[in-house]
Amino acid sequence: MGELRSLTVSQQVGLLFVALFGVLALVTAIASLRSLRDAPPEVAERHQRLRRDLRAVWVGTVVFWVAWASGAFVATLLTGLVSFVALREFITLSHTTRGDHRSLIAAFFVALPLQYLFVARQHANLFTVFIPVYVFAALPVLSALGNDPRRFLERTAKIQWGMMVCVYGLSHAPALLLLAFPGYEERGAFLVLYLVLVVAAAQIAQEAASRWLRRRPVARQISRSFSWRAWALGCAAAGVVGTLMYWSTPFKAGQAFAIGFIAGGCGTLGELAMKAMKRDAGVRHWAGRTASVTGAVGLLDRVAPLCFAAPVFFHSVRWYFGV
Amino acid sequence: MASLAEFAGLTLAFIARLITGAQGHWIGSPPKAEQRIYFANHQSHFDWVLIWAALPRELRAITRPIAARDYWTSSPFKRWLTHEVFNAVYVNRQRTDDQDPLEPLLEALRRGDSLVIFPEGTRSHRGEPMPFKSGLYHLAEQFPDVPLVPAWIDNVQRVMPKGEVVPVPVLCSVSFGAPLRLEPGEDKRAFLDRARAAVLALRPTEPA
Repeated sequence: MGELRSLTVSQQVGLLFVALFGVLALVTAIASLRSLRDAPPEVAERHQRLRRDLRAVWVGTVVFWVAWASGAFVATLLTGLVSFVALREFITLSHTTRGDHRSLIAAFFVALPLQYLFVARQHANLFTVFIPVYVFAALPVLSALGNDPRRFLERTAKIQWGMMVCVYGLSHAPALLLLAFPGYEERGAFLVLYLVLVVAAAQIAQEAASRWLRRRPVARQISRSFSWRAWALGCAAAGVVGTLMYWSTPFKAGQAFAIGFIAGGCGTLGELAMKAMKRDAGVRHWAGRTASVTGAVGLLDRVAPLCFAAPVFFHSVRWYFGV
Repeated sequence: MASLAEFAGLTLAFIARLITGAQGHWIGSPPKAEQRIYFANHQSHFDWVLIWAALPRELRAITRPIAARDYWTSSPFKRWLTHEVFNAVYVNRQRTDDQDPLEPLLEALRRGDSLVIFPEGTRSHRGEPMPFKSGLYHLAEQFPDVPLVPAWIDNVQRVMPKGEVVPVPVLCSVSFGAPLRLEPGEDKRAFLDRARAAVLALRPTEPA
């Protein structure tokens, strides 16, 4: 794979997307062929779920491709939009009151655009502290001015958490474009792709492993499928996928494995934390039966692992490589 | 070529969808281009826009809201918005002796338009809708063949509480239920209570 490294950027990009769309097309073709067969209802339902997931992957890949083709600015803007929709879903399911109205407006229409503006304008030092420091100070004050002391800590904590996960976490994905590795200019987008694929691999492998191993769940009340062994297999799969992609990154093969392992593991652990949140809010999927009444589209489900993995990935790479 | 009013309508629907999702759930009746009277709970100024955005585009043109004439024609912009964009039916809030206040609504129904009405008469701020006013009964009495479709608008009070001007993005939905008709000889109060119960029945259960 060493010779892949010597290709030009556009050749590598082309290669990656051809491979990605090729694999997707293959999987979709197999899935639709299989769904043509007569099947008992529970299998048919599984096919339906698979098709829905596949459609989401298609949409995600196409959006990703569009973002790539149109440059860092549009990519940041698109991520900002995803952040907005995810935060909207999060706030819908956390019970805020009328007293929070002003702080919610500040969160959606001031803090969120500013955060992505800082990313787009490459203020690396500002965007990493903006939400944990400044927004953290401002939002509770606005909520306090709303003159409603009931469950104040709970409400402000929810808003703050939503900001951290949906905005701060996710904004680290386009921020990868800022990392300036020596001799790796204009290739930041590969890091984003690396992160997305590694996290997705960890999720899929963990899901498959937990079905196959059938271990006793560690936290039954929260997730019926999460076990440490399945989690470790997910991490390992992420590491392998990361290693396979090392030629497109500034890492050496061993580093690519370790970083993939860490990012994938973070993503799946973050998914577990998000599951606990959902249990607390009383829904299984963000787009489950109850939530579908609120119109939630289940986007949060799909981006949550990325929200947890992106900041860890960003900062560990930045610290280790000193860029 | 879309006119400015059509364009404004599409923009408004887009904004409503961006802020609230404005999902329509057709539980008891499919969306259909027939004459209907939709009636819903009323919690916010945003309600009409939400119902309108939740309707399929083909139905928006034939579905009209009710607007108070004194308020919604008081400036050229308000007039343009209600008349050109939403094609509202104007009603007088002050009751005059020589005119039935429902007359403009009956006129619109005679022309074959669909209406959206909020039978509580005013916005309610507690969870339960208030008792329905009798307008719905009179419309049902005079147009027995028009299906009355109940609708529950969920979550909208969180988007824009009373006294606020900027909406907060929170997902909302509109659930449309099975159509009602006035039974022969049904009492006015009984019918209005039945209608209110039909709206309430669409309210999603709170997650445990």
